[in-house]
Amino acid sequence: MSEPLLSVRDLEVSFRTEGGLLQAVDGVSFDLKRGETLSIVGESGCGKSVTAMTLMGLTGGPNARFSGSVKLDGQELLGADDEVMRSIRGDRMSMVFQNPMTSLNPVHRIGNQIVEQIRAHRDVSKKEAMARAVELLDAVGVPDAAQRARSYPHEFSGGMRQRAMIAMALSLEPEILIADEPTTALDVTIQAQILELLKQLNRDFGLTVILITHDLGVVADIADRVAVMYAGRLVETGTLDEIFYDPRHPYSWGLLGSVPRIEGERLARLAQIDGQPPALIDPPPGCRFRERCPHAFGKCGEEPELLSRGETPGHLDRCWLDISERPALRQLPSGLIGLAKPS
Amino acid sequence: MTDALAKLDSPALDEPLMEVQSLNKHFPLPGGSLFGKNKGAVRAVDGVSFALRKGETLGLVGESGCGKSTLARSLLQLLRPSSGSVKFRGVELTELSSKKLRPLRRDMQMIFQDPYTSLNPRKRVGHIIGEPLRIHGLAEGAELERRVREKLDQVGLSGDYYGRYPHEFSGGQRQRIGIARALAPEPSLIVADEPVSALDVSIQGQIVNLMADLQRDLDLTYLFVAHDLGVVRQVSDRIAVMYVGKIVEIGPAESVYTNPIHPYTASLLAAVPIPDPRANEARERNPLEGDVPSPSDPPPGCRFHTRCPFADEICEQEEPPLVDYGNGHFAACHHPLGRTPRGTG
Repeated sequence: MSEPLLSVRDLEVSFRTEGGLLQAVDGVSFDLKRGETLSIVGESGCGKSVTAMTLMGLTGGPNARFSGSVKLDGQELLGADDEVMRSIRGDRMSMVFQNPMTSLNPVHRIGNQIVEQIRAHRDVSKKEAMARAVELLDAVGVPDAAQRARSYPHEFSGGMRQRAMIAMALSLEPEILIADEPTTALDVTIQAQILELLKQLNRDFGLTVILITHDLGVVADIADRVAVMYAGRLVETGTLDEIFYDPRHPYSWGLLGSVPRIEGERLARLAQIDGQPPALIDPPPGCRFRERCPHAFGKCGEEPELLSRGETPGHLDRCWLDISERPALRQLPSGLIGLAKPS
Repeated sequence: MTDALAKLDSPALDEPLMEVQSLNKHFPLPGGSLFGKNKGAVRAVDGVSFALRKGETLGLVGESGCGKSTLARSLLQLLRPSSGSVKFRGVELTELSSKKLRPLRRDMQMIFQDPYTSLNPRKRVGHIIGEPLRIHGLAEGAELERRVREKLDQVGLSGDYYGRYPHEFSGGQRQRIGIARALAPEPSLIVADEPVSALDVSIQGQIVNLMADLQRDLDLTYLFVAHDLGVVRQVSDRIAVMYVGKIVEIGPAESVYTNPIHPYTASLLAAVPIPDPRANEARERNPLEGDVPSPSDPPPGCRFHTRCPFADEICEQEEPPLVDYGNGHFAACHHPLGRTPRGTG
């Protein structure tokens, strides 16, 4: 087995707030192999974005506390000084955000913004950098790249702006691209174009991708492996097929069941997950999902570890339910997977 | 399923609650003239006609900027249409003064997208939900409070929330408050503009199911505006698809989803990734190229021709009319998918 490119161990991130200590990320561990696409899924506030931003060293501040380890090719990034992080950010790992309008500087031309980033890291002339910028814009599918490099962000459509953001993120040929909800603000036909672009970059250049999303359709389209987060913790990780066809954690069942489908028989009623996620300030002990879980029992008052409980060693979950009983518990009367009260 | 079909067939449903004819809403651009021949205006809604039947849910879908929210607001006269007709229970709304509209507004309510900005942060929940009752003089004092508590109960919130402020609630709970406010004056029509798109997927299910229950119990008619095709299918009896200010296809939900006629509808459906990796792999995607054209300068002929894989000369020149393909399924296309094109007259 080759060494993982990125290795995250027991990552904890908390923020001091007026209401108390908010535990945003609570013991997250995963490995990322070169060339794979990992998708982190979960709902707002589950800690998926904080995890991603911490990898990039973007969550620092007087009120933030960290522990654990983030290693890139063996080099520890958590707690590394600014100089080290600056040499990593953009160069080895870069990030694309949800809203391309607020992530681009509105008063500078698109091409110049890419040139600035290249010249901050590389000793090249403006002319060379601009040639590279045009090449990148062309590669991500901006038509008339030489011309459009002279445009301002407001002259681009949403999809084109996201392409420009991706071009910028790739300008220094990073090994890892972290994309935080890159298509959430886009229309579905434009989303399909951007997902196709990410798949192509992964296929043709071996780009390693961490894609953060709440949309299981997007996950199914692009991921090799999936990590499901709930209330600051990883509750299940596995391959794409393991998560979609043999999900182990009841929260994963609930997520899969609550996606309204565009095909197959229309359901009489959409499966729903009752209640809402717990507060992250002083969360209750034990399994964080137990108050919303119809299968919870006495043991759930204790925190289950993230372990492989079945026969597949890479498929981990955080649930006390008997592994052999789970397939029956997750089956809805419609034949689909979902979260329902046991009859 | 069977329920939805039975509903469609029942004759009482054919009685339209709202009828829309050739509706336009154009926003003049600075410097341009509204009276110039369609120059210098954003044609957000451009010649839209349809009927809303009593008791049905019509889902209105389309990409951002297609005019679906403008259409929703123009129907309720929150935006005054530039021309065309909107009849509600047989009464022409576009000719009524604001004053004369007011009593009718009780019967047509709206649910908004963002539960954070659509509730007044300075007012208590009881006040927010009771406001339409006060405005329309429907109740006051103890009776008003009783009715507000009844609405709280109907949307699954505790009566204890009466005296609380919106910031004390989560997004899903706030959306329930927004729904309770819309229900308070006991309307027959509710226009919901992206009511679940700001919510997490596990909460979306709760709100969609709640709206379905309320429709059944209170005999409501919904116009459900959304861009999420899965959500729209789940709630709708019929679907209308908009593209650059026009309805390009309208018909029974299952017919539109399983046998779309307009290539735009087909591409829209094909672009949605489905949460099943193997089925997703097997699907033909052929993503649409390019972007939606600007409604201030729509392409001539069929507005979709710039992105359509089937477009030819006629599509660039002639605007296709909305044609009936049977079973209430209409589409505006010169090259209808899987159907024989019908003469244009």
